Amino acid sequence: MTDTSQIVEEDLEHVEEHVGPARRGRLGEFWYYFSQNRGAVTGLVVFTIIVLVALFAPLIAPHSPSLQNRDAFLVPPFWQEGGNAAYILGTDAVGRDILSRLIYGARFSLFIGVFVVVLAMTTGIIIGLIAGYVRGWVDTAIMRVMDVILAFPSLLLALVLVAILGPGLLNAMIAIALVLQPHFVRLTRASVMSERNREYVISSRVAGAGVFRLMFITILPNCMAPLIVQGTLSFSNAILDAAALGFLGMGAQPPTPEWGTMLAEAREFILRAWWVVTFPGLAILVTVLAINLMGDGMRDALDPRLKKS
Amino acid sequence: MIRFLLRKFGLLIPTFIGVSIIAFAFIRLLPGDPITLLAGERGVSPERYQELQAAYGFDKPIVIQYVNYLGDILQGDFGTSIVTKRPVLEEFMQLFPATLELSICAIILATVIGIPAGILAAVRRGSFTDQSIMGVALVGYSMPIFWWGLLLIILFSGILQWTPVSGRISLLYFFPQVTGFMLIDSLLSGQAGAFKSAVSHLILPTIVLATIPLAVIARQTRSAMLEVLSEDYVRTARSKGLGPFRVIGLHALRNALIPVVTTIGLQVGVLLAGAILTESIFSWPGIGKWMVDSVFKRDYSVVQGGLLLIAGMIMLVNLLVDLVYGLINPRIRR
Repeated sequence: MTDTSQIVEEDLEHVEEHVGPARRGRLGEFWYYFSQNRGAVTGLVVFTIIVLVALFAPLIAPHSPSLQNRDAFLVPPFWQEGGNAAYILGTDAVGRDILSRLIYGARFSLFIGVFVVVLAMTTGIIIGLIAGYVRGWVDTAIMRVMDVILAFPSLLLALVLVAILGPGLLNAMIAIALVLQPHFVRLTRASVMSERNREYVISSRVAGAGVFRLMFITILPNCMAPLIVQGTLSFSNAILDAAALGFLGMGAQPPTPEWGTMLAEAREFILRAWWVVTFPGLAILVTVLAINLMGDGMRDALDPRLKKS
Repeated sequence: MIRFLLRKFGLLIPTFIGVSIIAFAFIRLLPGDPITLLAGERGVSPERYQELQAAYGFDKPIVIQYVNYLGDILQGDFGTSIVTKRPVLEEFMQLFPATLELSICAIILATVIGIPAGILAAVRRGSFTDQSIMGVALVGYSMPIFWWGLLLIILFSGILQWTPVSGRISLLYFFPQVTGFMLIDSLLSGQAGAFKSAVSHLILPTIVLATIPLAVIARQTRSAMLEVLSEDYVRTARSKGLGPFRVIGLHALRNALIPVVTTIGLQVGVLLAGAILTESIFSWPGIGKWMVDSVFKRDYSVVQGGLLLIAGMIMLVNLLVDLVYGLINPRIRR
């Protein structure tokens, strides 16, 4: 008994010796291709800055995001006539500092992205694994349900779901996660189906690995590359869709400094005060652009077909 | 080819049943009781409640209710609006041309600019031109279009005063709707300035709606083109001395466009489905704005019917895309 366990341990060490450098090698290779892509690195830098801004919002923001200053309604940015250096990007219709609201808004957008991607990805991967591994009528049933979700335009379906659940940020995030999830199911299922009859899976099964071990530990890690890319794209989609729902009045509710909600509040002033409209949208665009740049870089680095040999 | 079509069509039936179950379930999933919801804010007396419950069939078992609902739909009865008391299908048909007109203009704009831009980027791969085109395309792809629309309004309607802010045509003009397409109807009316007014109302919404499809088409064209340009037959065509225009325009483009056509088709489905944001920003009286307004007015029977009609339409467009794809790419007909 002790003998066998020793052998297994030795084997494991042996395996680790092999896997360790290989893993690092793959990561290193990924980083090499990723860092060759100037756009991707720019995206990463901008995204890191946004994350830092969100984390340290209370330290950076010059004012409280909800403080209404009665002496300063619709003050323009400081470089314009009538501007005030205390409000660098100006104030909104009830005298709140726009810069501070944008800084706090970064927290909401990143949280939305993380929440939606984690929810959509975990449920999507589990359902996709089941569909691809079990096959048969379970697979058919799951894929038909996914087809139904994909038959609706995503924003419309999210809007209707929020109408059922009630307006608010949490419900908007749940709705967006639900409409983004079929993409993860399809991707996972497709990769599982191409992997499940490979030799390493069969040998693992013959060695006596259980269903869950086969699904999550043997197969899943080899399907992750496209899922990570899809996760990045979903992150930016989630931010855009949540902002769109906020803009339509069905997402985060005022006075939350969520960027889409800020735009909705600013809409009536578009022809009088350009800054209340311009900056929140710019914040959305820059964030989404940074994430998409990273996503493109990741896809190129992970997809061997596109690598320059 | 017919077998291919039949198989595609057969796949649509379970999806359509699923979609109808969602539309059916929608009104029953809403918090509160369907009759009270349908009655609106005034509420109903207990006797009237019983009457309505029987009239709508809410007292029957849920399966019977669903079968009845499906039966109504197959007869073209998608319910009646609570607010306007008009049939949902009638409202849909009235508003649909506005969405169709806008979508067609947007997809034409996106294709006419997107495909040449993608080809140019692929042919000059790695150059400054390529990087600029792909940079702009990525910005377009990342654009929050509701903000983009507001910016264009600030610039063109506010500062430059070139274009109107909302609607399909100036209120000065009145003429019968023959086709439902404002561009055609305004021409048919023969009124001076009517066509110009219709065009100026259409420009900004078209640009906004075209932005994301344009970016998607340009990116897709570039990658499809790059794939084709490295094929053997392109090298053969080059080596036998054909000029670059002939090689790219005739040999490469034909095959590169196959996936692009699919992309365009799928984008049409998405656009037709409402362009919810664009129509809301420009008060464009199409089905996207209709759906948003109905959600806010709690006109739930319109939302229910609209969901089904829109999903059905997308499925139909996707079927057409499959058909076109089968026509231009015989390999997948199997």
